[in-house]
Amino acid sequence: MMDAGLPLLEVTDLATHFHTQRGLLRAVDGVSFSVRRGQTLGIVGESGSGKSALARTIIRILSKRHTTTTGRITFEGRDLLTVSEPDMRDIRGRDIAMVFQDPTSSLNPVKQVGVQIEEVLARHLGLRGRAAQTRAIELLTSVGMPLPQERLHQYPHQLSGGMRQRVAIAIALACEPKLLIADEPTTALDVTIQAQILDLLHRRQKAHHMAMILISHDLGVVAGYTDTVAVMYAGQIVEQASTRSLFRNCRMPYTAALMRSAPNLSDPPHTRLRAITGRPPDMVLPPPGCRFEPRCDDATDICRNRRPALSASDADGTHRYACWHPVASPGASA
Amino acid sequence: MSPAELLVVDDLSVTYALPRGRQLIAVANVSFTVHKGETLGLVGESGCGKSTISRAIMQLPPPTGGAVVFEGRNLAHLDTAALRRARTRLHMIFQDPISSLNPHRKVRDIVAEPLAIAGMGDAEDRKRRVRAALENVGLDPDQVMDRRPHEFSGGQCQRIAIARALVTEPQLVICDEPVSALDVSVRAQILNFLEDMKAHYHLTLLFISHDLAVVKNISDRVAVMYLGRLCELAPSARLYEAPLHPYTAALMAAIPVMDPDRCRSPSHLLAGELPSPMNPPSGCRFRTRCPRATPHCAAHEPEWRETEAGHFVACHFPLVAPQGATISPARQP
Ligand SMILES: Nc1ncnc2c1ncn2[C@@H]1O[C@H](COP(=O)(O)OP(=O)(O)OP(=O)(O)O)[C@@H](O)[C@H]1O
Ligand SMILES: Nc1ncnc2c1ncn2[C@@H]1O[C@H](COP(=O)(O)OP(=O)(O)O)[C@@H](O)[C@H]1O
Ligand code: SF4
Ligand code: SF4
Ligand SMILES: [Mg+2]
Ligand SMILES: [Mg+2]
Repeated sequence: MMDAGLPLLEVTDLATHFHTQRGLLRAVDGVSFSVRRGQTLGIVGESGSGKSALARTIIRILSKRHTTTTGRITFEGRDLLTVSEPDMRDIRGRDIAMVFQDPTSSLNPVKQVGVQIEEVLARHLGLRGRAAQTRAIELLTSVGMPLPQERLHQYPHQLSGGMRQRVAIAIALACEPKLLIADEPTTALDVTIQAQILDLLHRRQKAHHMAMILISHDLGVVAGYTDTVAVMYAGQIVEQASTRSLFRNCRMPYTAALMRSAPNLSDPPHTRLRAITGRPPDMVLPPPGCRFEPRCDDATDICRNRRPALSASDADGTHRYACWHPVASPGASA
Repeated sequence: MSPAELLVVDDLSVTYALPRGRQLIAVANVSFTVHKGETLGLVGESGCGKSTISRAIMQLPPPTGGAVVFEGRNLAHLDTAALRRARTRLHMIFQDPISSLNPHRKVRDIVAEPLAIAGMGDAEDRKRRVRAALENVGLDPDQVMDRRPHEFSGGQCQRIAIARALVTEPQLVICDEPVSALDVSVRAQILNFLEDMKAHYHLTLLFISHDLAVVKNISDRVAVMYLGRLCELAPSARLYEAPLHPYTAALMAAIPVMDPDRCRSPSHLLAGELPSPMNPPSGCRFRTRCPRATPHCAAHEPEWRETEAGHFVACHFPLVAPQGATISPARQP
């Protein structure tokens, strides 16, 4: 690859604050990470932790009037927060595409599937007529759509949820974007369809050396389909690592608690779950120290008063966590 | 019917009438029994008929075929007053915690409503029961009674819905996807909490979910559904150890597990979409997606049979468990 050394996307100290009636809501609050070509970054976190706000900030689809965004989003050397709106429109859909949780919200209900795909091909690639139609069929075939030719003339409501998501993915992949942001792409789907869609995204990503940000609240999904993972809590990244290191060697009590709280298929029935007490903080008035402190079993005074910074857990600094009293690392060498 | 059989669902069918004279058979010939004190899990993908079964049990509306026998009485034969009394002993909790609660009413009235409908107790007595139910679900009555649902989180709303279901001290509670809309951390709280409530109130549960891991955790026995029919029913541990129906095995293989090293081969993936319930496949309804299907499966509907004590399956070619399993659950390396 040309610039294999440089990340494709680099997000630095990004903050997105919504202006609400109750005050500033810190949906994203000082987030930094990078994604390389051909790599998948997983972002996990509970509902309201800021995952979608982060994704929407990157592709700049939040209303300017009600949000303040600070920090830097460097994509191929340009800061997406400062490029002009027309330039951003070209980047969106062509270089960076997004798939949403609810495909009905991204598809136009009154336009045929074929028309919607061909519009994207015309806008970004100048493909029209026969060529566009042929390409649309290819795209639908590549996302595993049954009877692709017939789908061109169908409307979204005539398709199942899984098929709608396939159309949304076909549109997202139409211009072979360099980065795909998939925000809970399978949360609304059944497990057997979820497995098909995740497998499809994974294969397309490998085939095109595309970078992907896969957002999910399901640690199982993230474990199976990502290279690196960032765990979000209350607008901040609290741990980030290679996927293997995170699952083998997690250091932040919240990550550990999240992993323990899900029911495990290998446990016998009626095994008591290790729930996390309470719920995430109000992001208008987050706790001053560690944001997990009110729910953390290991919290002490310092946690209440001072926010822990992300610090390295291993020698090369790829595994980082924000915690004053990290969980003991079984393979501690650093 | 033995005293241990609290609820018997016998050959239940539900047909919805659609526009232009068409019909949708949402549930076809489903039979199972719920024993006193147990939790029976019911799993299957969306649209397979789980909610339709739970509504048919509640007689909301009554099933179009078959019988629902609760505490020895066929609910279809009860008059309105008797049905109302039966409903104090048989309650339901819905999936969407927020929209299932009336947004215009205060928590105190929401929780008291089943008592009012059943005409149970006087004003004082009702107030006492509402307070006790709220306390039992871990909410402070003084803090919550005069607030409305939108002021609470999803987990809290689900607790309120549970308080409402428990206020008449029912025998059987049907939980239709009670934790599906909740986050993992809150989900674990509510699942533990349902187990506590079950012990405290000596409840029997029919627990419906599309999530197999959740169902395994809470259930003594599990029934698996596909497109309106039962595929398999077995004790929870047994079902997960040695599934007999190819659909059960495929569902298990599709569950994402928290292991980055698990091999993820596409051979585990179940191909194809769910067929339309308007036009279900002939013979075995799973045959269009089943890796073991043969022409025999298209011609003949498999019978519901007991292969070993308490393990039922409807399949012509069940998986030979555990050694020769062609589709073994993906957890094995
Ligand atoms: N347009 C908006 N205006 C005001 N607040 C918002 C807006 N969008 C999101 N929020 C708030 O920002 C926080 C983060 O929301 P976000 O949608 O990013 O969460 P999420 O992690 O994607 O959650 P989920 O898993 O439920 O999708 C929440 O507190 C949410 O209520
Ligand atoms: N009121 C209704 N009218 C017509 N069809 C319905 C109605 N309710 C459910 N269905 C259909 O019946 C089938 C079973 O639905 P449901 O019981 O809600 O499934 P589940 O709860 O398993 O997701 C689906 O095909 C659904 O579309
Ligand atoms: S900093 Fe303290 S409160 Fe926060 S996760 Fe670590 S131990 Fe818990
Ligand atoms: S009867 Fe045939 S098609 Fe149906 S599950 Fe069994 S093997 Fe598969
Ligand atoms: Mg979101
Ligand atoms: Mg349902």
